[in-house]
Amino acid sequence: MKAVCWEGTTKVEVKNVPDPKILNPRDAIIKITSTAICGSDLHLYDGYVPTMQKGDILGHEFMGEVVELGSAVKNVQIGDRVVVPFTISCGNCFFCNRDLWSLCDNSNPNAWIAEKIMGHSPSGLFGYSHMLGGYAGGQAEYARVPFADVGLFKIPDGLSDDQVLFLTDIFPTGYMAAENCDIKPGDTVAIWGCGPVGQFAIRSAYMLGADRVIAIDRVPERLQMAKEQGKAEVLNYEEVDVGEALKEMTGGRGPDACMDAVGMEAHGTGLEGFYDEAKQALRLETDRPTALRQVIVACRKGGTVSIPGVYGGFIDKMPMGAAMNKALTMKMGQTHVHRYLKPLLEHIQNGDIDPSFVITHSMKLEDAPKGYEIFKHKKDNCIKVVLKP
Amino acid sequence: MELTPQNKSNEQLPESIEAGDKERWASLIGGGAMVLMGLRQRSLRGVLMAVAGGGLLYQGAKKQSTLKQAQEAIGLNQPIKVEKTVTINKPAAELYSYWHDFAKLPTFMKHLESVTVIDSKKSHWVAKAPLDTNVEWDAEIIQERENELIAWASAEDADIENSGFVRFKPAPDNRGTEVKVVLEYNPPGGAIASAVAKLFGEEPEQQIGDDLRRFKQLMETGEIATTEGQSSGRE
Ligand SMILES: [Zn+2]
Ligand SMILES: [Zn+2]
Repeated sequence: MKAVCWEGTTKVEVKNVPDPKILNPRDAIIKITSTAICGSDLHLYDGYVPTMQKGDILGHEFMGEVVELGSAVKNVQIGDRVVVPFTISCGNCFFCNRDLWSLCDNSNPNAWIAEKIMGHSPSGLFGYSHMLGGYAGGQAEYARVPFADVGLFKIPDGLSDDQVLFLTDIFPTGYMAAENCDIKPGDTVAIWGCGPVGQFAIRSAYMLGADRVIAIDRVPERLQMAKEQGKAEVLNYEEVDVGEALKEMTGGRGPDACMDAVGMEAHGTGLEGFYDEAKQALRLETDRPTALRQVIVACRKGGTVSIPGVYGGFIDKMPMGAAMNKALTMKMGQTHVHRYLKPLLEHIQNGDIDPSFVITHSMKLEDAPKGYEIFKHKKDNCIKVVLKP
Repeated sequence: MELTPQNKSNEQLPESIEAGDKERWASLIGGGAMVLMGLRQRSLRGVLMAVAGGGLLYQGAKKQSTLKQAQEAIGLNQPIKVEKTVTINKPAAELYSYWHDFAKLPTFMKHLESVTVIDSKKSHWVAKAPLDTNVEWDAEIIQERENELIAWASAEDADIENSGFVRFKPAPDNRGTEVKVVLEYNPPGGAIASAVAKLFGEEPEQQIGDDLRRFKQLMETGEIATTEGQSSGRE
């Protein structure tokens, strides 16, 4: 089959690789009909996530049709149309039983690596480095899905791939990030980052009852989408002092909840931005926390900070004084995707949201290298790329 | 042999463990006290023997054991001790009965080739070693308490003298069972030294931790998570 393989920093290739096989009784094989490139794939692409190996198959947002089932998978049939959560969860452990799916104890065969860095291992992820399991991803013609009896989610007829594909990650991720904002009536939510997750977070914040959403980015087409389709007020951080602007917009109080939907490759401005970029380039810190620092300083006293942006390792110069003295609540985590599949599918079916709004580019799997290139550099007004194998 | 004050405790023998110590270890192994610092100073094997009482006599637990002579010969006087605990979301009885069937241990202990059960106490262990060789030993259960504890030790002439126990203790609020493994083995010299290095890995804590993690996966999910044999652009 054809698959998108990571071949080194900023190098992906579509290669011919062996077809996936059933390895465990709870596995399934999916013939992929749609798969997407994610912002967090760019962290792999740019070489910021350790433990990638040449030849790893990328991709964690994919859906398709079941073509083969392991002996223990009874609740899905061959031919079913399914989406696949990017977090791999067993459904049996303490964390899965408590709806904390991205913290699954049993799905990372390389848990010891993650434990060395983080103390404990989160769940395995598709196509996201060996530290997080080393599972082959779904930017391919076929994929093996472990724990398929809890991981595969059947899609009813009448919905297109483009409408349901983002149930795999960015829609639940944006939604959980908004849920983590603990929104109360009258609340203003400020969201740093208007990439695909930020766009879903804007809509989710309104769905959860936010009074106002203020979105922050620098890319014109992203700000435009946030404003025109998402109905957010927008700030371009290259044009204004975001902290001061937010204070002015909220009567001096600051936003009730602030979200970092940017993560480890944030672009900073001025000296601080240069400091982080230099340290990250020299591998003295693994992440650039520019957005996170702003989020903490901007948030109102007693407010909530929500972090869906991906961080991988260590960061420094964190304004802990602000966080502590302002009594902020911080909520974060990889998305518990399984928790949101059913309720968010219902939102789609009810017409509350059509997630396909975020797609700007649809191309063939073979064109993945071009897809990564334009997505990384936000060329051609690119917001989200979908690949069709 | 002259003993320095620092390593004196290493040479403490079961016979010299005072009654109070015996009680302390007994309660420890039974799941009472959690202070395992003592294990760093004393031989686990000796402690297990002491706890098991006079019923089973092992040469290895006595002075002038071959083990001790071997250690002196290669300049090692410190057996390697590893302890690791994992919480498994299953009742103790289920975990105990799986573990107690030693023949099943190779399903999650990667370095084991096979374990053959000889009788209710004795078993024969074969571990994988480099260059298609094996390391073998006989082991005997020296203490067992249903759903709580299994302790074992290798026979005196084993290639690798080793001993250990696994303890099953209910976790708070129905959160399953805390499974603790404590293992001790003696790095031998000569040809099998490298085999042993391979056997328990360069970091034995991690090897035992991975074994326990696989046991947990198998018990909780019915299978062991793997990516071995999957597709990649490397093939
Ligand atoms: Zn994603
Ligand atoms: Zn789980």
